[in-house]
Amino acid sequence: MPFVHRDFSKPEFKKISDVIWEVPTSFKQGMRVPVRVFASKGIVDAMDLQVYDQITNVATLPGIVRHAMCMPDGHSGYGFPIGGVAAFDPENGGVISPGGIGFDINCGMRLITTNLTLKDVKPHIKELIDNLFERVPAGVGESGFFKLNVQQFREVAETGAEYAIKQGYGWEEDLERTEENGNMKGADASKVSEKALERGKKQVGTLGSGNHYLEIQHVKPENIFDQEAAKAYGILPDQIVIMFHCGSRGFGHQIGTDYLEKFLGVMQSKYKIQILDKELACAPFNSPEGQDYFAAMKCGINMSFANRQVILHRIREAFSKVMKQSAESLGLKMVYDVAHNTAKIEKYRVDGEVKELVVHRKGATRALGPGNPEVPSFYRHVGQPVIIGGSMETGSWLLAGTKGAEEQTWGSTCHGSGRTMSRSRATRMFDGRKLLQDMMKRGIYVKATSFEGVAEEAGPAYKDVDEVINAAHIAGISKRVVKFLPLGNVKG
Amino acid sequence: MPYKFIEDIAVADVAFEVTGKTLEELFESAALATTNVMIRNLESIKPKVKKTVKIQASDVENLLHKFLSEIVFLKDAKRLVFISYKLKIDEKKNSLEAVLYGDKLDRNKQIHIVDVKAVTWHLFKVEKTQKGWRAQVILDI
Repeated sequence: MPFVHRDFSKPEFKKISDVIWEVPTSFKQGMRVPVRVFASKGIVDAMDLQVYDQITNVATLPGIVRHAMCMPDGHSGYGFPIGGVAAFDPENGGVISPGGIGFDINCGMRLITTNLTLKDVKPHIKELIDNLFERVPAGVGESGFFKLNVQQFREVAETGAEYAIKQGYGWEEDLERTEENGNMKGADASKVSEKALERGKKQVGTLGSGNHYLEIQHVKPENIFDQEAAKAYGILPDQIVIMFHCGSRGFGHQIGTDYLEKFLGVMQSKYKIQILDKELACAPFNSPEGQDYFAAMKCGINMSFANRQVILHRIREAFSKVMKQSAESLGLKMVYDVAHNTAKIEKYRVDGEVKELVVHRKGATRALGPGNPEVPSFYRHVGQPVIIGGSMETGSWLLAGTKGAEEQTWGSTCHGSGRTMSRSRATRMFDGRKLLQDMMKRGIYVKATSFEGVAEEAGPAYKDVDEVINAAHIAGISKRVVKFLPLGNVKG
Repeated sequence: MPYKFIEDIAVADVAFEVTGKTLEELFESAALATTNVMIRNLESIKPKVKKTVKIQASDVENLLHKFLSEIVFLKDAKRLVFISYKLKIDEKKNSLEAVLYGDKLDRNKQIHIVDVKAVTWHLFKVEKTQKGWRAQVILDI
């Protein structure tokens, strides 16, 4: 037994529907709003109890509106659980908390289509993955090919993917296919420490490690569940697509570390805020500290957009080289880029009144529905694309955002399949080298920086992604569009 | 080993418990544990590069948190990992001076496992025991 631990009790849930479960405020002293968990009964029963402890802690934070919510892929983390969503009203003392965003600010997903089919790619899969592995550095402390001085890196932090495009790393049309057009306004690099700039400036164009990956995937015709949305997103039967998952690297991690420290210093003494977990350190959104963090966090968001933009450029280079055709003629077009670790100001109707709220999504994806002006015009009739990474063994999903998400979850849905097993246990249970051989036999070629890292990401360490997606679909917080199956994977 | 990894208190991250007869021993072991999350064969890190670090904190927990965060920072900013630590801790002033010896990250020499993003405050604790000191740390992966 660890010498510091908490005992958790399972809440008595009030059933709202088959996939919505409520924890009343009577569960824990200090809860200002109830908790809502969006998941099937099976998922709710299997979730580790620390998830409920953490999400009910979130419900105690000042200014929280309506509910603290947990998505079906929820698992315990620090501060908020992963899969946690909460909105705070700045006019009512609402806070901003780095623990509601995560250290990896704007960790997110990008999806690219091709006009290639399985027959075209299968003979080249090893060469493609090996080439991608060379061009997109992955692993511990890796630096990228994009050399920037501190001043140039400040520009990256303030203008995001736009900076990368200006340097020739991408196509103009990539920007309108990125959340916030790849450049979150209001980012202010003067609010970021020299340490964060120093730590991040060499890391643009790198994947990172852990659950970060780059994958070549296949669309089986029977895995298209919504023809209209699939067509709008440019998805075709038998198509090959490319999906990758990464964030703001050491830059975002340092911003999180710096501001947690700052918030811990002022939270109780200056703002008289009591919290149940140090990782929920926060400050009123409308305070100098809250505003500084918001402007710094936006720099993390932008660095991550730039990171994924440069990686896309490298993917286009790799495919072009191996397939001996230009990226344009291969149809390497972006479907979309979504963030799943952010806080943003968004407008929602609360008790008949339109309010600007600080929406925190930690391991949760924005999922705006049809007609929302924030969705690019060419997707607006079907809703925002939502990209969900599964485990490297089981498959990933493309969903569409819904009105139901806007009404129930501040326009949010799940972000992945969600872990069920600790990394240490997975490493003990699975042999990375053998796993790679088994996957090879099943037609999945994986190139990884480490065997231990592979074992940590084994399929059984995660929930069943299909069950998670079904729960989100039934709850109406996103709609199934297409499932992708892995063919090749660069594992960070 | 004066540190052990704990299996089931952090699902997505890595937790460890560390002990030391003195604060210096505790801090050195915690730094080695953090490095061991990233690099399997610590003996592959040679003490080729020297780095001096000075930290001032508000209490002993804050001091360990800042020290480990510095180890994580140097891994990205300078691509350095360390094997030997000469530490001098002033318990009353909550300050430390450390001389760290290590080498550049190099996958050809070291077996890399997984990157550490940050030192979390989740269930973070430093406490005095009858035998010396112990601490619990959860790292974000």
